[in-house]
Amino acid sequence: MTASMDERPVVLDIKGLSKNFGGRLTASGYEGGLWAVRDFDLTVCEGELVGLIGPNGAGKTTVFNMINALIPVTSGQITFYGKNLVGLPPHAITQAGIGRTFQNIRLFPRLTVLDNVRIAYHPHAGYGLFHAMVQNGLFEQRERELTEKAQELLALFNLLDRQDEIASNLPYGEQRRVEIARALAAQPKLLLLDEPAAGMNPREVHGLMDLIHFIRDKFKLTIVLIEHQMRVVMGICEWITVMDFGQVIARGTADEVSNNPRVIEAYLGKAGRRV
Amino acid sequence: MTKSRLRFLGQSWLFWLAVCMVFLVVQWVMMPRMTEFRRTAWIVFPCIMAIICLGLNLIYGFNGQFSLGQWGFYAIGAYTAALITYHWAERISYPVQGIILRVPPLLQKLIPMAEITLFHFDAGKSLVLFIALLAGAVLAAVVSLGFGYIVLLRLGSDYFGIATLGFTVIVQVLIINSDQVIPETKGARGMVGIPQMTSFFWAFLFLILTIVIIRNIIYSSVGRAIISVREDEVAAQAMGIDVLKYKTVSFVIGSFLAGLAGGLYAHLYAFLSPGYFSFVRSFDPLIIIVFGGLGNMTGTLIATFLWAISLEGMRIWLPQGFEAWRFVVYPIALLLIMLLRQEGLMGRVELGFLRAPKWPVPKTLLREMKPQAAPVGAGNPQPAEDK
Repeated sequence: MTASMDERPVVLDIKGLSKNFGGRLTASGYEGGLWAVRDFDLTVCEGELVGLIGPNGAGKTTVFNMINALIPVTSGQITFYGKNLVGLPPHAITQAGIGRTFQNIRLFPRLTVLDNVRIAYHPHAGYGLFHAMVQNGLFEQRERELTEKAQELLALFNLLDRQDEIASNLPYGEQRRVEIARALAAQPKLLLLDEPAAGMNPREVHGLMDLIHFIRDKFKLTIVLIEHQMRVVMGICEWITVMDFGQVIARGTADEVSNNPRVIEAYLGKAGRRV
Repeated sequence: MTKSRLRFLGQSWLFWLAVCMVFLVVQWVMMPRMTEFRRTAWIVFPCIMAIICLGLNLIYGFNGQFSLGQWGFYAIGAYTAALITYHWAERISYPVQGIILRVPPLLQKLIPMAEITLFHFDAGKSLVLFIALLAGAVLAAVVSLGFGYIVLLRLGSDYFGIATLGFTVIVQVLIINSDQVIPETKGARGMVGIPQMTSFFWAFLFLILTIVIIRNIIYSSVGRAIISVREDEVAAQAMGIDVLKYKTVSFVIGSFLAGLAGGLYAHLYAFLSPGYFSFVRSFDPLIIIVFGGLGNMTGTLIATFLWAISLEGMRIWLPQGFEAWRFVVYPIALLLIMLLRQEGLMGRVELGFLRAPKWPVPKTLLREMKPQAAPVGAGNPQPAEDK
C-alpha cells in the first residue's frame, strides 16, 4: 500500500471521523447516544479502487453520507485533494468532484432517463435563469451540447434507446446503470458507490464488476465502493477496509483481509473460526 | 433541429402570429357578443387567475413546495399597483390617436361592430399601469425573497405550507389596518377610486408572456434543477444541485407572478376589499392546479378557465335558488378527480408548444452503438441473493 501512496496524490483523506446519534453534548464530549462511526480513518490515492466492507449496520453508509454532507459530522476531518470538506453544503461537495450512487436506487422517478442524466450536468450547464427564460442562441447551443454529452454517456451504458422512458418504469438492473451514468454526468473525480450489487444475481454481479473497471479506466476515476457481500469486493478492489460497529477492524489486500480472524469473527461470529 | 431565425422568447414567428390571431378573435368576435359582466368573469378574470395559478404550479407542481402564501403576494401586488395608479394615472396622459376601421356589412356577421379601432389608447396612462404592475410584482418578489430565503424554505414542506398560510393571514390583517399609515387604502372599508384599466389586452399580454416564460424555464437546465428538488431532494443535492437556491428561485418567480396578477386584478373591478384576500380564498389557486394536474401547464390553463367559467356559469345553469350549491359542486368535482384520475385532469400530457422538446438520438451515436460497456445482466428484477 505504501509503495503506491508515495507516487500518486492523495484524493480523499479521512481522519478521526465520528458520528454520534442522539448523544448529549457535554464539556467532556458526547455522552450517551450511539456512535455509528468512531475514529474512522481512510486514505485513498488517485486511481485506486477501494472497498469498504462490513456487516449490516457497521456504519459504512454513514461514512458516505458524512463525506457527502448529507448528515453533519460529529467530529473528524475530511479532505479532498487537500481541501477541507467538513462544513460545506452537499451540492458544493458534489461540485468539488465527488459523485455517488445510493444503496436503494434514488433516481428521479417521474423523469425520463435522459432528463435524469441531464440534471447532473446542471452545474456545468453554462447558462443561467435569464438565458433559460429568453432562450437565445447561447441557450440553444449550450443545451444542445449538454444533451449530446448526456446522450454519449447513455450510449456508453447501452441506454440510448431508453432515453425517453420514465426512469421508474425501467427494470432494476437498468435503473442501476442509469444511476451510475447520472453520477458520472456530475463529472466526479471520486466516485462513491453504495452497494452497487445489492439485489443482483451472480451473473449480474459479474457484469457489474466489469462495468466498474471499465468506468474507472475510461473516466480516470478513483472509486470507493461499499459492499457487504465479501465475494463482490474480493474480486475487484485493490484495497479493502473492514468496518464493524462503527470502527475499522482490518485493512489490507483482499487476501490479507479475508484471512484476518477479526474479519471472520465479524462476519460469522466467534464460532466462525472453527468453520 | 432546424429552427427559423425569426424568433422571440424561443418561439417562432408563426407562434406569435397565432397568438395575435387568438387575441383578435376573442377581442372582436367573442367579446362583443357578451355582456360586460361575462366579459370580465369569463375572459379577463380567468387570464389573471391563470397567471397566479401558473406561478403556484411552478412552486407546488414543479418544485414540490406546498405554498398557501400566494394569495398574500397577490394582495401585496394588488395594493401596491393600486396605490401607484391611484396617484399617478390621472396626472399623466398622452392619448394616441389610432386607426378607426369601418367594418364592411359582410363582415359584420362575424364582427358585430360598425367600426373597430386599432392602436387607440392612452400611452401615458398605459405606462403608469405598466410601471405599477411591475412595481407590485417586484415588491411581492422582494418580500418572498426575504421571507422565503430567511425563514420559510428552511422548513420542511408541510411546515412551509402552514407558515405560508400564516403569511397570508398576516398580510390580510396588515391590509385591514393599513389605513392608519396609508389612508388611501381605507383599511377594512375597501379601497375605491382605482382607475379601471385592466383590459383584455393587458391580461392576455401578461398571460401569454407568463406561459411562454414558465415553459422556457421548465424545459431548461434551471427547470430540471427545480423539478429534481421535487423528485428527490437528497439525490438532487448529491447531483450538485443547490436545493435551497432553487426552492428560492421558484418561490420568488411564483410570487412575482402572484404580485403581477394582483395588480391586474386591482384594476379590473377598480375596487379592493380586504375580505377578498382572506386565506380561505387562497385555496382557489390550489384547487385549480390540483384539478388540472400538478406540474402540468396545459392542465392549469384548462382548469383555470373551467373553474372561472363554471363559477359564473352555474348561476345560469343551476336552477333558481340553487346558486349556493356551486360550492358543493367544486369539492365533489375535486373528489371525483382525486378518485378517478389522481394525476389531475391532464396528468403528464402537455399540448401544443407546452410539450417537452424532443431530442432525437443523433445518427452518429446510433451507428456507434455497440456493447462497449459490459451489460449488467438481462435487466429483469432479480431477488436479492443471500450472502
